[in-house]
Amino acid sequence: MSLLVPFEYEFFRNGFFAAVVVGALCGFIGVYVVLRRMSYIGHGLSHAIFGGAVLSYVMNLNFFLGAGIWALLAAFLIHLISHRRWVGADAAIGVVTTSSFALGVAIVSTHRSFTRNIEAALFGNILGITQNDLWVVILISLAVFLALLTIRRQLLFATFDPEVASAYGVSTGKIDLLFVTLLAVTVLASTQILGVTLVAAAMVIPPVIARYLTQRFQTLLIVSPILGASCGAAGMFLSFYLDISSAATIVLTSAILFILLELVVLTRRKNPISKGLNYY
Amino acid sequence: MNDHNHQSGQGHGSLHPHGIEEPPVSSVRGIPLVELVEVSSSYGTTPALQNVSLKIWPGQFIAIVGPNGGGKTTLLRTILGMIPATQGKVLLRGQELNRSSMERIGYVPQLETIDWNFPITAEEVISMGFFNKNRWFGGIGHEERRKLQNIMARLNLTGLGSRHIRELSGGQQQAVFLGRALLGDPELILLDEPTAGLDIRSRDDVIHFLHEINHHGVAIVITAHDLNWVAAHLPWAVCLNRRLIAQGRPQEIFNAAVLKDTYSGEMIVFHHDGMVMIGERPHAAHN
Repeated sequence: MSLLVPFEYEFFRNGFFAAVVVGALCGFIGVYVVLRRMSYIGHGLSHAIFGGAVLSYVMNLNFFLGAGIWALLAAFLIHLISHRRWVGADAAIGVVTTSSFALGVAIVSTHRSFTRNIEAALFGNILGITQNDLWVVILISLAVFLALLTIRRQLLFATFDPEVASAYGVSTGKIDLLFVTLLAVTVLASTQILGVTLVAAAMVIPPVIARYLTQRFQTLLIVSPILGASCGAAGMFLSFYLDISSAATIVLTSAILFILLELVVLTRRKNPISKGLNYY
Repeated sequence: MNDHNHQSGQGHGSLHPHGIEEPPVSSVRGIPLVELVEVSSSYGTTPALQNVSLKIWPGQFIAIVGPNGGGKTTLLRTILGMIPATQGKVLLRGQELNRSSMERIGYVPQLETIDWNFPITAEEVISMGFFNKNRWFGGIGHEERRKLQNIMARLNLTGLGSRHIRELSGGQQQAVFLGRALLGDPELILLDEPTAGLDIRSRDDVIHFLHEINHHGVAIVITAHDLNWVAAHLPWAVCLNRRLIAQGRPQEIFNAAVLKDTYSGEMIVFHHDGMVMIGERPHAAHN
C-alpha cells in the first residue's frame, strides 16, 4: 500500500496541502494565543464566524468576503469591549461570539434547505476544497505569517510583559488590535477546513505540545507550526485510510500526541533522573 | 541653579520640620534629570499621590520607602508616563514627558509580576531592551549582539543566556531584567522593589550591580521596604505616604517622627557607630 495512492485524487491533494498550510499557520499563531491566554478568543471567534458564514450563504456572498467582514467586526468588538476595565475579556467574548453564533442558528432554523452547508461550516469540509479555495488559504496564510513576523518583537514584549512594553514605547493597544485581527483572519482561513467547532484545537494543541519540548520562545515558534503541519498531514492520511472525518482526525492526531507526551512526562516525573522535557 | 546655591556650604541642614532636603552638592548639576512639580494622581476616586514635588538629579541613587499603598509604585509609573498626573507636571530634563524621552528611562518591574512559566530564556528577555528603538523590522545585528554580550558579562550572566529565566537565582533574575533596562542606554533606571523576596546573598548581588551601574553615571530610583537595607546601602531616601514626608540621607531622616508620619506606627531607631537601625516596637509596648 503506497503512501502516494491518496495523491492520485485531486480532492485529497487539495485537502492535504490545505491541512498542512492551515496546520502550520494555526500552530504559529497558536503560540501567541496560548501564551496570551486567548484560547477562548480563538474558540469564540470561530463561533462568531458561523453567523457570518450563514449570512454569506443566505445573501449569496463569497464565503471569505462575507464571513471575513463578519470576523473582523467580531474581533474589533471583542477588542473594544475587553479593553474596558469593567468588562473582563472572557465576558466580552461571550457576549459577541455567542450572539453571532445564535444569529447563525436562527437563520438556519428559518432556511432548512442548506443543512449540508451548515454541517460543513460546523465540522469542516476539507475534502470539498477547490483549487481556488486552496490558493486563497495559501495567500491568507502567507499574509498572516508575514504580518506576525514583522511584529514579532513587539508582540513578544507585549505578550510577556505588557505593562513594561508600553513603558518602553511599544503600542500595546495597537499590537493587541492587530493581533486579534490576524487571529480572526486565521480562523476564517481555517474554518472551511476544520469547521468552527474544531479550529480552536488546531491553535491550542500544537503549541501546548511544543511547550513540552522547548523552553526557548524562538524555538517554540519553529516547533509549533511544524507540529501543526505534521498533524495536518498525518490526520489526512489516517482519515483517508480509516474513512473518518478529516477535520476530526487531524485534531485527534494532535490530541493523541499530546496525551502520549503527557504520559511520558508523568512517567518521567516519577523518575528522578528525568531529562529533556519541560514540566512547567 | 538656585538649588545649587542654596545647598552650597549648608551640607544637609534641615529645610523642613521632617528634613525635606535637596541632594548633596556633588550631584546637583544644571537642571534635574526628572522633576515632579506638585504632582497628584489617583486610581479612579482613590488618591494615590498628593502634591508630590521631587527632583531627581543625574547620577543620583534614591530609595523610595513607605507603606503598602503609599504611592511608591505609582510614583515610578507616573515618572514613566504610565499613569497620568491629575495635577502638576512631570518634567524630564526640563521638558514635558513624551515618547522619545521615555527612551532615556529604563524600568524594572517587580519580579512578582513576571510569568515565570513563560517559555523564554535570559537572553531573550534582555534582548527586549532593543525594542524601545521602535523598530519594526530586522533582527539583532553584530553590534547589538556585542553590546548584549557586554552587558551580560557586566551583570555576571555570561554563559546563562540560554537558561530559562526560572532556572536562575533571585539575584540573576533581577540582573536579567536590569540588563534589559540597560540595553537602551538609559540616564535613569527605575526599579520596583528589586530586593523583594531575595535572600541576603541575592540582595547583596543586586546592590553590587546597582552601585556599579550608578558609578557609570546612571541615576537610579528604587522602591524598597527594608529600611535597614536602605540605610546601610543607599545615600538618599525619600519617605512617601501619598505625600512626600521627607527626603535626605537615611541616617538623618530615618527618625521616630518621620517614620511615624510615614508608616503611622511606632518604630525604634538606633544609632550605632554612624549606622542607623530601625526596629519594630513590640505590640505590648504601646500599652
